[in-house]
Amino acid sequence: MTTVATDAVMDYDEAMRKFDPVMGLEVHVELHTATKMFCGCPTEFGAEPNSQVCPVCLGLPGALPVVNEKAVESAIRIGLALNCEIAEWCRFARKNYFYPDMPKNFQTSQYDEPIAFEGHLDVELEDGSTYRVEIERAHMEEDTGKSLHIGGATGRIHGADHSLVDYNRAGIPLIEIVTKPMVGAGERAPEVAKAYVSALRELLRALDVSDVKMEQGSMRCDANVSLRPHVGDPLSEEQLAVPLGTRTETKNVNSLRSVERAVRYEISRHAAILDGGGSILQETRHWHEDTGITTSGRVKSDAEDYRYFPEPDLVPVAPTRETVDALRGTLPEPPGLRRKRLQSDWGYSDLEMRDVVNAGAVELIEETVAAGASAAAARKWWLGEPSRRANAEGQDIVTYAAGLGLTPAHVAELDGLVASGRLNDSMARQVLDGVLAGEGTPTAVADARGLELVQDDGALEAAVDKVIEANPDVAAKIRDGKVAAAGALIGQVMKEMKGQADAGKARELILAKLQ
Amino acid sequence: MSSLSRDDVAHLAGLARIELSEAELDRMVGELGVILESVAKVQQAPTEGVAPMSHPMPLTNVTRADVVRPSLGAEAVLAGAPEAEQQRFSVPRILDED
Repeated sequence: MTTVATDAVMDYDEAMRKFDPVMGLEVHVELHTATKMFCGCPTEFGAEPNSQVCPVCLGLPGALPVVNEKAVESAIRIGLALNCEIAEWCRFARKNYFYPDMPKNFQTSQYDEPIAFEGHLDVELEDGSTYRVEIERAHMEEDTGKSLHIGGATGRIHGADHSLVDYNRAGIPLIEIVTKPMVGAGERAPEVAKAYVSALRELLRALDVSDVKMEQGSMRCDANVSLRPHVGDPLSEEQLAVPLGTRTETKNVNSLRSVERAVRYEISRHAAILDGGGSILQETRHWHEDTGITTSGRVKSDAEDYRYFPEPDLVPVAPTRETVDALRGTLPEPPGLRRKRLQSDWGYSDLEMRDVVNAGAVELIEETVAAGASAAAARKWWLGEPSRRANAEGQDIVTYAAGLGLTPAHVAELDGLVASGRLNDSMARQVLDGVLAGEGTPTAVADARGLELVQDDGALEAAVDKVIEANPDVAAKIRDGKVAAAGALIGQVMKEMKGQADAGKARELILAKLQ
Repeated sequence: MSSLSRDDVAHLAGLARIELSEAELDRMVGELGVILESVAKVQQAPTEGVAPMSHPMPLTNVTRADVVRPSLGAEAVLAGAPEAEQQRFSVPRILDED
């Protein structure tokens, strides 16, 4: 293992006193169309290597690409949902480069004529305020193949002696969404970056155009960060007039939490360099999830000369205004409004709803409620142990739960076991632990661990009688109307029953006998 | 039309991953220069009021339905690969400048 010299970083608060951060985010989204952008090959994730490849994907002589109609529609819908203008006429272009992830030696993309441009997305921050992200463009392109690097350090390009390429992903429709420089966020820049990617993911999911699984790479984020001297309030005229500093682009920041961490790290790193009188090198940076730092990638250079030119094998895309209006009619309820509706359906307080949103658990709860759980129970279970553990692991709850195989159906089943009286709350927690440990479904875990409230009322009644007899003083208090004293007896009954009883039922029995 | 310099040719050769000797570079500057000059004559055509064109066909919106068609199959795909390993194309070490 080689050691990498760690860069100096400045304390974040100090950095914010001296500098004003500006960000630009580029998000790549794989559409979940059935077929690729320019051919009929399927797009299924995880298929056998090179099993979803044809002459068009390979750029074999004579192969002709034809545009996927659904992908164009999805691109337009994304543009409309981002409040963009939709081009009346636009072309594809060849982005020329030599790298084996594209066998054609170019990627078909759009250059100066994106399908959608000049939009915005309003993003809600944790304190309920709104930040407007200006969208520069959203354009259509195709994904590239996947490389495995063999030899040298595991999976790393450095020191590898050869690489193995799978072209299943090459040609999958990709939409690249580029923001304008995000200014005025000040010390909240990392939070704004995360909130934007989160809001974008929510919007794309609502549009049903992509799986938006950051962990599988169907949504990927590159974060550009630059600093300029701090001269006043982030939104003040003087501050906004200061020219932008040199930026770095941190590639493949692929979770919401990482977006926030990577932006924060780059701000602290830039600040240390600039404060020491140095200058920022315009370069790409690699993000390291494990250590939370970035390292130098490629310096922008000659190799970035892509010699774009219009793709001669494809004709222009010119959506009629009727088509655009018809697609506008298919846009879903905006996520902000949807959240308000769900909050009202679920009867959550503002604070409860914000916790759910911040935990990224809206969809999980929606699916759990759809699977039959009460809204209160769905919130309680998801925001409890699973959320706590996801945080400890540094993952978002959706990724974490998916990794462990914990589904909304499981949580609904667990709630059902409590509602039906089979489990009490503490047993249900043990069952959830079992499910999280991969022991199976809630019912299977409860069966395997022998967790079941004793339904034998005779046994419970006997325990109640025994406890009352052993505690005549307490019993007398309850007879005198001091109902609160029952708590002491319930505890003892539960102990007698080794925890396998319904505490509510025990209480009922005690009160019935003493009143 | 400015003429092509030796540096331009060396830059393009680098982008195209083509190794040219000093003698070849000198020769290519001349040969490419002749081609560019010939093509440059097109620029003398009167184009005022003529919209730029990137395609000879006046077509737009040629699309296909999002319906799966058979792929080649990995065996056929890899048949054209000089080397294959683990059902993947084996390629030489990528970019040592990265």
